[in-house]
Amino acid sequence: MTGKREGPGRPMRCDIAGIGLLGPGLPSWEASRAVLAGGVPWEPAPVALPPPVALPPTERRRTSPSVRLALAAAGEAAAGSGLPAAELETVFASSNGDGAVVGSILEALTVPDGAISPTQFHNSVHNAAAGYWGIAMGSTRASVSLGGHDDSFATGLVQAVASVVARGVPVLFCAYDAPLAPPLDAKRPTDAPFAVALVLVPEGGVPLSVELAPDAEVTPAGEMEGLARGNPAARSLPLLRALAAGRAARIALPLADGGAVVLEVGA
Amino acid sequence: MSLMLPPLALAARSAVSAMGTGLAATREALHARRGGLAPCDLPGMPEGIWTGRVPGLEEVALPEALTRYACRNNRLAELALGTDGFAEAVAAAADHYGAHRVAVVLGTSTAGIAETEAAYARRGEDGALPTEFDFTHTHDLHALPRYVRARLGLSGPAVSISTACTSGARSFLEAQVMIAAGLCDAAVVGGVDTLCRMTLHGFRALELLSRGACRPCAADRDGISIGEAAGLVLLVRAGDAAPGSLALLGAGASADGHHMSSPHPEGLGAIAAMRAALDAAGDAPVDYVNMHGTGTRANDAMEGNAIRALFADRVPCSSTKGWSGHTLGASGALEAVIASICVEDGLVPGCLGVETPDPEFGVDLAVKNRAAPVERVLSNSFGFGGSNLALVMGRA
Repeated sequence: MTGKREGPGRPMRCDIAGIGLLGPGLPSWEASRAVLAGGVPWEPAPVALPPPVALPPTERRRTSPSVRLALAAAGEAAAGSGLPAAELETVFASSNGDGAVVGSILEALTVPDGAISPTQFHNSVHNAAAGYWGIAMGSTRASVSLGGHDDSFATGLVQAVASVVARGVPVLFCAYDAPLAPPLDAKRPTDAPFAVALVLVPEGGVPLSVELAPDAEVTPAGEMEGLARGNPAARSLPLLRALAAGRAARIALPLADGGAVVLEVGA
Repeated sequence: MSLMLPPLALAARSAVSAMGTGLAATREALHARRGGLAPCDLPGMPEGIWTGRVPGLEEVALPEALTRYACRNNRLAELALGTDGFAEAVAAAADHYGAHRVAVVLGTSTAGIAETEAAYARRGEDGALPTEFDFTHTHDLHALPRYVRARLGLSGPAVSISTACTSGARSFLEAQVMIAAGLCDAAVVGGVDTLCRMTLHGFRALELLSRGACRPCAADRDGISIGEAAGLVLLVRAGDAAPGSLALLGAGASADGHHMSSPHPEGLGAIAAMRAALDAAGDAPVDYVNMHGTGTRANDAMEGNAIRALFADRVPCSSTKGWSGHTLGASGALEAVIASICVEDGLVPGCLGVETPDPEFGVDLAVKNRAAPVERVLSNSFGFGGSNLALVMGRA
């Protein structure tokens, strides 16, 4: 029998082979590196959500802003990794999912006959972004979609890295969240759309280690702290800033119900 | 080439559905061929449909310290935790491994969204949702694993999975990954999904609801009956359990990459997931396929094609959704528990209410219960977004 263990377990190790980003004043990873590294001032600007060109026109029209957000970051990370996008397993993590679509269904349900749109219904599933990614890339690889509320980036990253470590396969991880519509937005405020994506591989990139810790102080995101607090996917900013600056860093992501995820990058 | 994930033992199980509360009631319903579907009597639902409702759910109380989590979905989770000694088995595992080494990994498609539906109906004149409505602890997907983790006094990782109707099955694969990666030594996995207006009206909008009790795989099937269920399993390394324990032997996942709500007609994604699960389980033969089998024309036909492509008519198959209804994000977990009962009892449950199985499938479709040696069961789950998941259940 495995006995009781005192420690929280070993760190998991993998490499980061590709990065994608989309957020206010952060139009892509490539275009935002200088800003994230601190060399150029950050100027928040509305987020343009490109229609996913890889999708057939009918499907493209059906994509919501949150799906476009996720696919933009995921596409950039996959392209940057040099690996064929269709061959990557995927982990999508989002607190709200397609919350705007869910909101409009909830609105429709308030009228007596409750008639809702069939397209909206199938777009309301939390794995909508993953589904459209598979269609866009012609990918039949396994995919999982996770929630996580404020912890969605940290717990999603842990699951993605665990998959790389346990199964030895490259994994595309994408965390994204878009604001909800009224009146739900008052109960779950999300400031601006934000998506981050990482292609994680067993070997061949910037080293990343991930471990669970009993407790840790949050690593601040500097001038972008407000952005980081306003969207669960933007909790990735301290990591992105370290990656952009090319510096080694230890980054703590405390979890809502106690405990923390601790990342070490470039070590 | 990907690394293989070791099998995991089922250290504890719990199931609550319209079939009954607990393993004994579920088992008895299977053997007696007594289904739990009935005309829908919840208010505000589509007219003239049947559902698989868990009776008495409204009266289930959560512990006082956790009442902020109160919603239909967490009440169902609570009912399942209190059944079959499940909470006690988890407490023993936490004592053995440490509470921080037990993860909670649960699937749901809609969590406690029924609370939000009710809150929308109580909006003030300014359109704002009522003050007392707690989105975070009810509607949010993470509310389910957070509630279960708090209720069980665990401090390991909490993971919420939402891949539509594969959510519950996917939790088994995620737990295998987490234990293999060293993140935990045990995991509470499964799925909980409850009846809500969004789901029922959504399936009505897609014109997929049956007018009576669903009859998966029948030649004249006419759609889905939605049900609610909780299926929970405590997974540990096979080496930590007695030899011959019930076990998850392998899991396989794939995506269709085809369409958001229609499956690939030839079932290529389904075939890939089943193959991956069989490979992961060491490629030993299976004795029964518990189908996803929801009762829609297209999905059952696709699955029939996929099973025929892999097994021709050599392996008996059936869907147990005629008993429980389609319990969505819980279905894969409920059916993993049912599969384990089939292994224990040597049972191939025949589809309920099916007079003429669809002859187009070309598979060995069981429509009556059969007593037969069942060492391994392949259990299928397929969902919107082209999500496919298959589990092989057996003994370690």
